[in-house]
Amino acid sequence: MLRSPSGVIGIIILLLAISVAVFGPLLFPNSPWRMVQRPFLPPFTLSTVPLGTDALGRDVFAGMIFGARVSLLVGLVSTLVALVVGVPIGAMAGYFGGKVDDALMRFTEFFQTIPSFALAIVLVAILQPSIYSIVASIAVVSWPPVARLVRGEVLSLRTREYVQAAVVTGQSNSWIILREILPNALSPVIVLASLMVATAILLESSLSFLGLGDPNLISWGYMVGAGRTVIRQAWWITVFPGVAILISVLGLNLIGEGLNDALNPRLSREGR
Amino acid sequence: MSKRVLLGLLLACGLSASALAQEPKTGGVINAVIQPEPPGLMLAMIQNGPTQMVSGNIFEGLLRYSPKLEPLPELAESWTVSEDAKTYTFKLRKGVTWHDGKPFTAADVLFSMEMLKQTHARARTNLAQVDKIEAPDDYTVVFTLKQPFGPFLGIFEVGSMPIVPKHLYEGTDWKTNPYNNAPVGTGPFMFKEWQKGSFIRLVKNPNYYEKGKPYIDEIYWQIIPDAAARSVAYETGKVDVLPGGSVENFDVPRLSKLKDTCVTGAGWEFFSPLAWLWLNNRQGPLADKRVRQAIMYAVDRDFAKDVIWNGLGKVATGPSSSAIKYYTDDVKKYPYDPAKAKALLKEAGYKGEKIRLLPLAYGETWQRWGEAVKQNLTDVGMNIETISTDVAGGNQKIGDWDYDIAFTYLYQYGDPALGVGRNYISSNIAKGQVFNNVEGYSNPEIDKLFADGAIATPDSKRKEIYDKAQKILVEDVPVAWMLELQFPTIMRCKVKNLITTGIGVNDGFKDAWLDK
Repeated sequence: MLRSPSGVIGIIILLLAISVAVFGPLLFPNSPWRMVQRPFLPPFTLSTVPLGTDALGRDVFAGMIFGARVSLLVGLVSTLVALVVGVPIGAMAGYFGGKVDDALMRFTEFFQTIPSFALAIVLVAILQPSIYSIVASIAVVSWPPVARLVRGEVLSLRTREYVQAAVVTGQSNSWIILREILPNALSPVIVLASLMVATAILLESSLSFLGLGDPNLISWGYMVGAGRTVIRQAWWITVFPGVAILISVLGLNLIGEGLNDALNPRLSREGR
Repeated sequence: MSKRVLLGLLLACGLSASALAQEPKTGGVINAVIQPEPPGLMLAMIQNGPTQMVSGNIFEGLLRYSPKLEPLPELAESWTVSEDAKTYTFKLRKGVTWHDGKPFTAADVLFSMEMLKQTHARARTNLAQVDKIEAPDDYTVVFTLKQPFGPFLGIFEVGSMPIVPKHLYEGTDWKTNPYNNAPVGTGPFMFKEWQKGSFIRLVKNPNYYEKGKPYIDEIYWQIIPDAAARSVAYETGKVDVLPGGSVENFDVPRLSKLKDTCVTGAGWEFFSPLAWLWLNNRQGPLADKRVRQAIMYAVDRDFAKDVIWNGLGKVATGPSSSAIKYYTDDVKKYPYDPAKAKALLKEAGYKGEKIRLLPLAYGETWQRWGEAVKQNLTDVGMNIETISTDVAGGNQKIGDWDYDIAFTYLYQYGDPALGVGRNYISSNIAKGQVFNNVEGYSNPEIDKLFADGAIATPDSKRKEIYDKAQKILVEDVPVAWMLELQFPTIMRCKVKNLITTGIGVNDGFKDAWLDK
């Protein structure tokens, strides 16, 4: 992993973002919603508000720091939830096959046939926008690919000799799935998960942009959405949080690529 | 040439030039934005804002109103009030015809009153004081009231009481009458066509009774759903008039600076929209008067006016807007004073109980305002949770009293008996409705003052009563008054005389002309 330069860059970006999210609010005890200066103050004019102020005179820099917390939290938690739902479904479908497989996969396809962003909007709108409904709706739209991937891996692994040996020695199904199959199926799932975090951050930003964010929490997507109407007067309100989204999503994609190289040594060596 | 002649020539030139500047020119087409697309144009049955704005040029009322809300003649050319203030006699204008050529008479007025009582909720309330309406001849209408009703001359504006053609509506099913889709009125403009989702086209009424008017040949009301696209349409010259509220406030300063652009906040005096926060008086911390007063001290209303509304409007002092009758500012004052707010909260024993805030889902401006108020209240130690919702959801929550604080704004219609009392009298506490006394404030003294104020005579007596009512309300803070709103109308400077009355754009095209 550390030998891949893109992976290293990705890790540095992610660590930076995480430390901003964890420690930033300690350095900026003021709420990002507080009106601190005159509105529409351009960036780099006052050292107290380095990135300028928005339409209400709120500090854009403080907003970005607090926004990092929401964006990363939503990205990580919703991915985790999606894994918790997707991995067992995929594993059971792949391992048991037959009718169980059919039932679970038809259920999965039901979610896959609906455009994921449209489904997320509908879910958030019905459940009322809040951090919980946003995490839930992102998880709901992002678990089906996990389930399909895990199912494919399990399907190929369950015919291996060591799995059949475990079956012959009378191990229970759950023991075989958990101890024999899943550990060997994990590497593609980890790569997928890192990309899912990036997608989740984008989804949260898009929802907030459309005004479906948690109204009590500031996030990058909200900042871009709120600044959109004044973009011609005050570019900085949208550009800085937009760049933050771009960089963190890029970082996560680089990590995904690095992990792919690291976890598939053969593939990466052949590639060079 | 002697000096005297030269001077005389110069004077003559100067005079004629200024005379020319005042002389309206005839002809031309005006493109205006209408936002949102009205659900229909039959003003007697639909009273949405956009309907009033378009149909106010097709239909007419008996009266219109100056910016100071004095009645002006429209279909009624004069009126007299009897000694006991119970009989109002209107002399109708002669020689007025409907757009289809039939003459307009007192029979149309009588019919309209009957129809409006069934189709127009506000007209029904306004006419509740009327005992009988008679027409002694074709051009006279006499209203006899059950008792004197001070604001009576204020109820005849076109949106409140449009006069409809009897010969097209009598004996038909009003809801399915084909003329609902192609309305026929007496106004300066006639309905021509409506391309849904695109534009509504009105053309000049060539037989209009005021000779020479209207000056404009055609009006296109352009329908453009996105706020940013409406701004662009103005910039690129597709539209010439942006009526109040049709672009986001943040865009107003930028558009105002454009070349040949004129902006005015006038033309809303009749409606005098007042914004406030509903405070649910029934439950939780807000049931305590001191907490409600703390909110008044905690919210920085000057900030809201200067930053969120771009300096337009006025900080409200109480339940009445300063544009309506019997307004007084001799009431308790609530300047921005967070320290005092904190002290009051402490005194009331507020311990951080959660309070839900419902912003108004009318676009960016209102969303930003909700955020600013939330921050103001958080700063003095209140635990505020914003609930986001759409317009219908918000209305439902407010109507079901399922809120703690909620944004709103309401029209006041020039007189406290028409537009103020309705929000504070206890007989107007009715679940399921949005614009009545939803805060649940109940004070027998206020009930009596508003009941007396509506029927007291003379004016000085009414003023005394309403002064007292305003004092009590401002002390009790049943709701937290924020701003007297102004919705700026943005237009090209070549559009002249568009806003001359207190009803503004809603009946303005009658006098407007284009300086080409």
